[in-house]
Amino acid sequence: MKRLFVFPYTLWLIVFTVIPIILVAYYALTVTADGQTSFTLANFRWFFEGMTPGEPFFQRLYVRVAMRSVYLALISTAICFVLGYPLAYILASKGFRNKSFLLFMFIAPMWMNFLVRTYAWLTILERNGLFNTLLQRAGLPQIDILYTDTAVLLGMVYNFLPFMVLPIYTSLVRMDKRVIEAAQDLGANPVNVFTRVVFPLSLPGVVSGITMVFMPGAATFIISNLLGGAQYFLLGNLIEQQFLRVGNWHTGSVVAVILMILMVISMAILKLVDRGQAEEEGARV
Amino acid sequence: MSRLIELVGITKVFGTQTVLDNISLYIRQNEFVTLLGPSGCGKTTTLRIIGGFEQPTSGGLLFNGQNLLSTPPYKRQLNTVFQRYALFPNMNVAENIAFGLKIQKASRGEIQTQVANMLKMVNLEGFEKRNVASLSGGQQQRVAIARALVNKPKVLLLDEPLGALDLKLRKEMQVELKAMQQSLGITFVYVTHDQEEALTMSDTIVVMNEGKILQIGTPEDIYNEPNCAFVANFIGESNIIPGLMIEDYRVNFCSREFKCIDKGLGKNTNVEVVVRPEDVEITSPESGVLTGVVENVIFKGVHFEMRINTQNFIWKVHSTVQAQKDSTVGITIKPELIHVMPLRGATPLANSNGFGSHLAASLLHGDNNAPGEKVAE
Repeated sequence: MKRLFVFPYTLWLIVFTVIPIILVAYYALTVTADGQTSFTLANFRWFFEGMTPGEPFFQRLYVRVAMRSVYLALISTAICFVLGYPLAYILASKGFRNKSFLLFMFIAPMWMNFLVRTYAWLTILERNGLFNTLLQRAGLPQIDILYTDTAVLLGMVYNFLPFMVLPIYTSLVRMDKRVIEAAQDLGANPVNVFTRVVFPLSLPGVVSGITMVFMPGAATFIISNLLGGAQYFLLGNLIEQQFLRVGNWHTGSVVAVILMILMVISMAILKLVDRGQAEEEGARV
Repeated sequence: MSRLIELVGITKVFGTQTVLDNISLYIRQNEFVTLLGPSGCGKTTTLRIIGGFEQPTSGGLLFNGQNLLSTPPYKRQLNTVFQRYALFPNMNVAENIAFGLKIQKASRGEIQTQVANMLKMVNLEGFEKRNVASLSGGQQQRVAIARALVNKPKVLLLDEPLGALDLKLRKEMQVELKAMQQSLGITFVYVTHDQEEALTMSDTIVVMNEGKILQIGTPEDIYNEPNCAFVANFIGESNIIPGLMIEDYRVNFCSREFKCIDKGLGKNTNVEVVVRPEDVEITSPESGVLTGVVENVIFKGVHFEMRINTQNFIWKVHSTVQAQKDSTVGITIKPELIHVMPLRGATPLANSNGFGSHLAASLLHGDNNAPGEKVAE
């Protein structure tokens, strides 16, 4: 009986996860020349040597694209965390009155199409857009944010912030409030209560928040495309370019594989940090 | 002995509901005080006010004569064993116990020694590294006690700490807790709805109902001299019969006149008469003041539990003598075992055989503890 229920999901996984991954890996590891397909690591060499094989490793074109992707994803994750944790904390605190309204206001934009929201930023940040008009009215000099790292970061933080706030909010709300009282009872002042009890107990939420922001952040191409401009290249843009514009599935796949490897490595590091923290806590006694 | 904690006219209102209604009480050093009452009587709220987790709507709270209300919980020299323990799930047993000491920035060596001592005291040696979630209820409970006691509090507040344990373990822990309290010389304020637990462990019992203190006294007082029908019924079983106080020492119930030792209730006043089931004596039908038919007999191990119908009342009777079912028997009650209570809502009178005095002078509850202490009042 149980098997019967599991079957559709297994099928789903096979069709939409396993087969695509195998296909991507297959394309990444093969080249097609004169109608002949052969296994090779040439695609990886293409990625790591790029257009300029003579240059130092970290200055090569696609390596730089990869580094920028990871860098922007890290920065936006950090910003989302710094902005999102206090917000989640305020939302979760019981003394807060219009909690459900604020939560609603916060989630409402997510009902709108992601593309539409990002386009909205485009018009806000334009040279003659809302932002600059306001600056002008205030008698301040105009600034060109559009098509810079700042604009891309802004777009990423704006779009991904709810994914940081919601898991943290959930972990904070679910937390047994009596352990907070227990900590106070044992002499912990508000700072100690937070650092020793509340924050450690919200870590699962923080970890999933980081995962949910970092992953799409490293893979994004719409945000970088719209707010970073046509010349702005992240791994997502590179994949899009190879598949759709160059039409080379092999090189496109290799970028996708490298992106996946980067994500697996990041998640492994995150897990390690998480576990390390737990062990450090344990070692203190 | 000095008053360590004093509650003065504490009232707590949640929304439109008055949870505590002008509670006054004091707790002395090294005393084991139990707040006893049915759920919703305000006992936990009282404890939470002492612990600092609730602020009273009005009234005062003194600790060693100093106002405690403005002190946040983390600065109060009390520790709490919470209902269902509230252990820190992100820490192991040793870390849980060490929490308070770490906050006080005790040295590593000091923490290790203290934690080891505590684990020894609560019989959990070797459990240092265990995850608290993997412990049984009784073990978690011990960790919670160790975690509180390691801080050497002046007062330990316990909120139904044994509620989640099974009967056997609960009995064991009752004895252990009482022994701990005596050997450590710490004041315990204990909240429970279990009257037997209260009778077993306490020096002083505070019976509460609907946000009010009904009676304060030693377990013996509360059991033998309940001051109202509620207390009589809540602490052990009781026969509560409507009656008429003819005059001092004479009360009429079940259409018979009885001698009693109560006075000061006025003449021809409606009263409630409380008789414990074990105080009802079964005699031959001829020599009984009342006669009735035995409707039901249940063997309870030490005694028989019987229902005896005397036309206008069905008596609960506990006796080691077994009466035959459906037989007719006589009933007598000794005058000193008849407790006459003013009706609910009526003002309790002082000097009615000492019953009312506890309530009228609930602040002065020390008057019937150790003999030498009377002077202090």
